[in-house]
Amino acid sequence: MSNHLTVLFFATLKDRAGGRQASIDLAAGATVRDLRAALGRQFPALTPLLPSALVAVNRQYAFDDDVLPPQAEVALFPPVSGG
Amino acid sequence: MLSREEILRYSRHLLIPEVGLQGQQKLKSAAILIVGTGGLGSPAALYLAAAGVGRLGLVDFDVVDQTNLQRQIIHGASTVGKLKVESARQRLLDLNAGVQVTIYNEPFTSQNARRIAEGYDLIIDGSDNFPTRYLTNDLCVLTGKPNVYGSIFRFDGQVSVFDARCGPCYRCLFPEPPPPGLVPSCAEGGVLGILPGTIGTLQATEALKLILGIGEPLIGKLLLYNALDMSFDFVRLKKNPKCKICGDQPEITDLVDYFEFCGVPGLVHDAELAGADWDITPAELANLIKDGASPCLLDVREPHELEISALAEAKLIPLGQLAGRLAELDSAQDLVVFCKGGTRSARALELLRSAGFRKARNLRGGINAWAKEIDPNLPIY
Repeated sequence: MSNHLTVLFFATLKDRAGGRQASIDLAAGATVRDLRAALGRQFPALTPLLPSALVAVNRQYAFDDDVLPPQAEVALFPPVSGG
Repeated sequence: MLSREEILRYSRHLLIPEVGLQGQQKLKSAAILIVGTGGLGSPAALYLAAAGVGRLGLVDFDVVDQTNLQRQIIHGASTVGKLKVESARQRLLDLNAGVQVTIYNEPFTSQNARRIAEGYDLIIDGSDNFPTRYLTNDLCVLTGKPNVYGSIFRFDGQVSVFDARCGPCYRCLFPEPPPPGLVPSCAEGGVLGILPGTIGTLQATEALKLILGIGEPLIGKLLLYNALDMSFDFVRLKKNPKCKICGDQPEITDLVDYFEFCGVPGLVHDAELAGADWDITPAELANLIKDGASPCLLDVREPHELEISALAEAKLIPLGQLAGRLAELDSAQDLVVFCKGGTRSARALELLRSAGFRKARNLRGGINAWAKEIDPNLPIY
């Protein structure tokens, strides 16, 4: 059983990933932490920003230990600091 | 009590039942601290002064320069070179002399933050760097004040209200600052001039709602705005039970500064990031070239920046591609790295030095310093 996820990238993550959207397959029961690791493998340019990126699952903030529900829509936002 | 003059000035507020005479009185009694008098602080301060907030505090230690005027609408051509807080106060008092404006011309640090924030009902975070954002957050958590947060980059903006007494704080979302250099500042990466107008105005709106006690504040919600898509997305937030400052077992019980690893523009010289020993000044480089040396000039800016100014002999490898393109460079040759102002090239130098480029040096102040000191034909941007 695998979990097929749609991942949306925002702001600088979009530039680093080379696109706005990606699909990723993870094992059932995979957590947000697993997702960060998998995204780092699929998009090496994202790796340095992944630990500090905000992950939203179905438009709700997700912690690293949270399990990803099946077919979830995941969005990643980088911290931005400009003012 | 409102005077006859105030009743006339705030007529359009008094007509809204949600504000009315009582609401306007609340605004007059309120005190709001605005950290940063730049892109976000400009519209926030202007609208809050216009709205009749009784007391505004402004914190900034910078001076108005030409590059600010594209977005920092509280300042003007006539105040270039003046202290930002002085320039802002002048404009605010012109707009509404009934507002008391208190200015703090000093960097916002763990040493002075409590003193400065005392007496204010809430804080608007209009700062331009991570250390100040963490400090503002921690201060608000520790002193029980709402933090009206806004942040921008290029076409993207974020807004939220962090109130740890009834919702998550900034650290719940972003537990630690990102490593230095990974998230570009607006000075490095640029920003659409109107963007801080949108975001700063939303912050002012949230501040006003909190003072008036009306509507649904953005507590527990993060608004993500993109100007190109004209999209407003919301993410529902949760308090992090493991949050280091507002969680079940807080580790942080007093204010801390993050200067050492975040790099505050203007406070820490960019050269310190890479070590000043590895710097070369424009004058030194000009002398080297005059004496017949021909170091490899490495430009780590983005391609579109070459249209603004360029050094003819330079090789372009944007910072983001450098790690993958080291093979194109000769580590035995003298190498001078540059960017616009010296920040990106300092990161590039760290990368090069750790990859064994022992003869690599950083052009201090970047191509802008070269334009200023050596080649007046080049524009400064």
